[in-house]
Amino acid sequence: MKLETLTIHEIVDLLKNKEISYSEVVDSVLKQIEGQNEKYGAYLYTDPDGVREQAKALDDKGVTPQNPLYGIPYGLKDNFCTDHMPMTCASKMLENFRPPYNATAYESIKNAGGILLGKTNMDEFAMGSSTETSYFKVTKNPWDLTKVPGGSSGGSAAAVAANMAYYSLGTDTGGSIRQPSSFCATVGLKPTYGLVSRYGVTAFASSFDQVGPITKDITDCALVLNAIAGHDAKDTTSLNLDKKDYTQCLTKDIKGLKVGICDSFMGDNLQPEIRAAIDAAIEVYRDLGAEIVPVCAQFLDHALAAYYIISSAEASTNMSRYDGVRYGYRAEDYNDLEEMYNKTRSEGFGLEVKRRIILGSYVLSSGYYDAYYNKATRVRTMIREDFNRMFDSCDVLLTPTTANTAFGLGERTDDPLAMYLTDVYTVPANIVGAPALSMPCGFDKNGLPIGLQLMGPVLCEETILKAAFAFESATDFHTQQPKID
Amino acid sequence: MDYEIVIGMEIHVEMATKTKLFCNCTTEFGGNENTHACPICLAMPGTLPVLNEKVLDFAIKAGLALNCEIQHYSKFDRKNYFYPDLPKAYQTSQFYYPICKDGYVEIEAGGKKKKIGITRIHIEEDAGKLLHESVDGTLLDANRCGVPLVEIVSEPDIRSAEEAQVFAEKVRNILEYTGVSDCKMEEGSLRFDVNLSIREKGAEAFGTRTEMKNLNSFRALGRAVQYESKRQVIDIKKGREIIQETRKWDDVKGVSSAMRSKEEAHDYRYFPEPDLVPIILSEERIEEARRTLPELPEAKQARYVRDYGLPQYDAEVLTASKATSQFFEKTVALYDEPKQISNWIMVEIPPFLKEKEISIEEIPFQPEDLVELLTLIQKGKISGKIGKKVLSLMFEESAGSPSQIVEENQWAQMSDAGELSDIIAKIIDENQKSLDDIAKGNKKAYGYLTGQVMKATKGQANPQLANQLIREMVEKKLNSRD
Repeated sequence: MKLETLTIHEIVDLLKNKEISYSEVVDSVLKQIEGQNEKYGAYLYTDPDGVREQAKALDDKGVTPQNPLYGIPYGLKDNFCTDHMPMTCASKMLENFRPPYNATAYESIKNAGGILLGKTNMDEFAMGSSTETSYFKVTKNPWDLTKVPGGSSGGSAAAVAANMAYYSLGTDTGGSIRQPSSFCATVGLKPTYGLVSRYGVTAFASSFDQVGPITKDITDCALVLNAIAGHDAKDTTSLNLDKKDYTQCLTKDIKGLKVGICDSFMGDNLQPEIRAAIDAAIEVYRDLGAEIVPVCAQFLDHALAAYYIISSAEASTNMSRYDGVRYGYRAEDYNDLEEMYNKTRSEGFGLEVKRRIILGSYVLSSGYYDAYYNKATRVRTMIREDFNRMFDSCDVLLTPTTANTAFGLGERTDDPLAMYLTDVYTVPANIVGAPALSMPCGFDKNGLPIGLQLMGPVLCEETILKAAFAFESATDFHTQQPKID
Repeated sequence: MDYEIVIGMEIHVEMATKTKLFCNCTTEFGGNENTHACPICLAMPGTLPVLNEKVLDFAIKAGLALNCEIQHYSKFDRKNYFYPDLPKAYQTSQFYYPICKDGYVEIEAGGKKKKIGITRIHIEEDAGKLLHESVDGTLLDANRCGVPLVEIVSEPDIRSAEEAQVFAEKVRNILEYTGVSDCKMEEGSLRFDVNLSIREKGAEAFGTRTEMKNLNSFRALGRAVQYESKRQVIDIKKGREIIQETRKWDDVKGVSSAMRSKEEAHDYRYFPEPDLVPIILSEERIEEARRTLPELPEAKQARYVRDYGLPQYDAEVLTASKATSQFFEKTVALYDEPKQISNWIMVEIPPFLKEKEISIEEIPFQPEDLVELLTLIQKGKISGKIGKKVLSLMFEESAGSPSQIVEENQWAQMSDAGELSDIIAKIIDENQKSLDDIAKGNKKAYGYLTGQVMKATKGQANPQLANQLIREMVEKKLNSRD
């Protein structure tokens, strides 16, 4: 039995029945990491000895899993703080930074008994759509070593796709969980803004950033969401709601569910195989008894521009704390404070981060604020209204996650605009703060995964999960494995 | 040509909360460097601010005390600039929607009353402290990072150094009473920025202004305004252009000098702080703050005049600081002689405070002790003159109670009529000449007899009693002669 290919819920059943030990579970993925990480570059840091010790301790105690994540090894994107591992955000700026505190999402999983394998690669400070802006290494797509895994949570998606983790956590600011999930055939959920605490997760664009799970199937997605969702007094933007069990909604019955489809998401630039896969998915839903409703979303035209203005504005000031004064990288030679700042930040940040800082500073600067930042926030409000109006006539919106399957390594690194356009279908959910999920729905002619995105109104995770679960139950895309030697 | 000074002030006031604005670190003054600092204070990645609700209540109270309109909706913004004492490289402040607006303070300067408008009050965080003296270069102490402040912004209604000082003192006085700040100038709890310009008297338009930041005493404030206004007037008279700039006030040299010009000024790139939700204040919460607002100086003055029958002057002096009024009120509650107490607090006590260089909070005795002293005088146990000597000893360390001091120094007056009568009888017998003089109508001889009695009792005879007894006994003697 290839344990590492199983899902969380399958593993937990085996653990409960004492058919396997915790050590076998961690060994299964550690073996994968030891054998494959050099090739795929999913992890920046792992702690195999610590992981084995934790598993052995559980075996020695002979405990049965006390909840669905108990003893299950997972990966964290390297922008989550944990007090026993480095946290680099894949940046030279934080190469030697060790936080003395824990992200709340990590604490939640720790309390649920999860075992942290290590930190996964990402675009520097989560800015990018291919994980290529990482200062440390390139992550490759497990389905095709010449392709990118997507980004910015590329390491987290690749780790799950290549069975180097049973699940992982990522962050999604403009699609950073969903787009790599689409490229790697994993399930990725960006929850409603405020559902999961942002405390201890390095900020990129604070009003968009959301933590979410990357898993192998929908059931696992619900299980991880159960653990991480909830109010946190350390994050005042987190929502104070009653705890839910997101597995409760996983029924296959979606009769009468109104699935919205929208022409604006199916434009001419959509890869034909993706269009075909989406059309086929629509048919699956029709067969399951869902009502297919054409809807109109005018917002898409302006979403990307508004997103890049607001997110860069927030990013520019979130990045300001990396000044070489208290922690992180500091330039070696300087004569005065100004030079220390200039050299530290010039040498410590990569090109993409600098681009966003400059863009963000520009749109906030006096004389341009109204024309850019202010206008973008007004567009944001309009998009929110448009989005809500759309959900008057449907329960979920079905779209492709991306317009193309995974592109080649290096293909878009010199063309930032092409890279930004990768996010066009994913940013609306972040602008609105609404939940959205990507799941596999097919493969292109080169065998590269195609992602289907389901969006819902704010706090309608259950509707999305229910719709996703029904689709997953009727198809077998999620069971496909990349060819790994 | 007559010129007019136009001043607007910004007053930064440290709130007296126990913990910081966005984390649980203590705001206590004087801890070892970086011992009152956490990952949030140090702006480590992923940390988030959590608003200290207490600061809101304090800011509401400050606003109410300064006659402001409290805003039901306000929020935080980021003020972006790089400096090593500002860990996030932005100060979390309120720019677009401050918590209080449109207030005023009434001041009296140059014998005239006037209102100084308050444009706004907003909440913001303090920065850290840079220690430049180190041989290793500059060091950062983050203890002050995130200490809650309110910034009070005045209208450009101030017209002289005196008005500026009176306004600043009045604001300090009011805020001290509300309890939202300890207003300790020496700990930097109160700092003033002055925006100053000059225009021809009667002109409508404002002149070009300069800004002087971080003046930390009333004296520095007054001197800085005087210097800077003179400098500007001279420049204008000489036809030199005033440059809009930030100037540094050097209190030692007594001069201001250019720091940075408008061109070099920061573009703070203010924008809404996405890490904090807007502040929504209910009417109930504002009313609750209004209800729990302590009695402010002006109300107190009116009450002192009305209930204690004190002159307005006394009322003003006694309410000039919260501690003075507290001392007065505690004393008067125990001893119902307001004017007498007022005199002692206003006249007798201050010289000792000055001599010992202490404030009224630091008086080494309690209102109860003052009452004891006043009672000793009232009962004739000691004279008023001895009372002042007792008071001086009460300021000494390890001084006993007033009664103990009197006893130790044997300052008690001889108030026993029997004992005194014997002494007086003897003196009258020994001074028949005085008796004769009095009989002839020379009343001055009484004074001589009193002097003799005081001499015989080493000054401890109760003078009123002695005088009374002398008169009685002399008259008796003279009557028996007839």
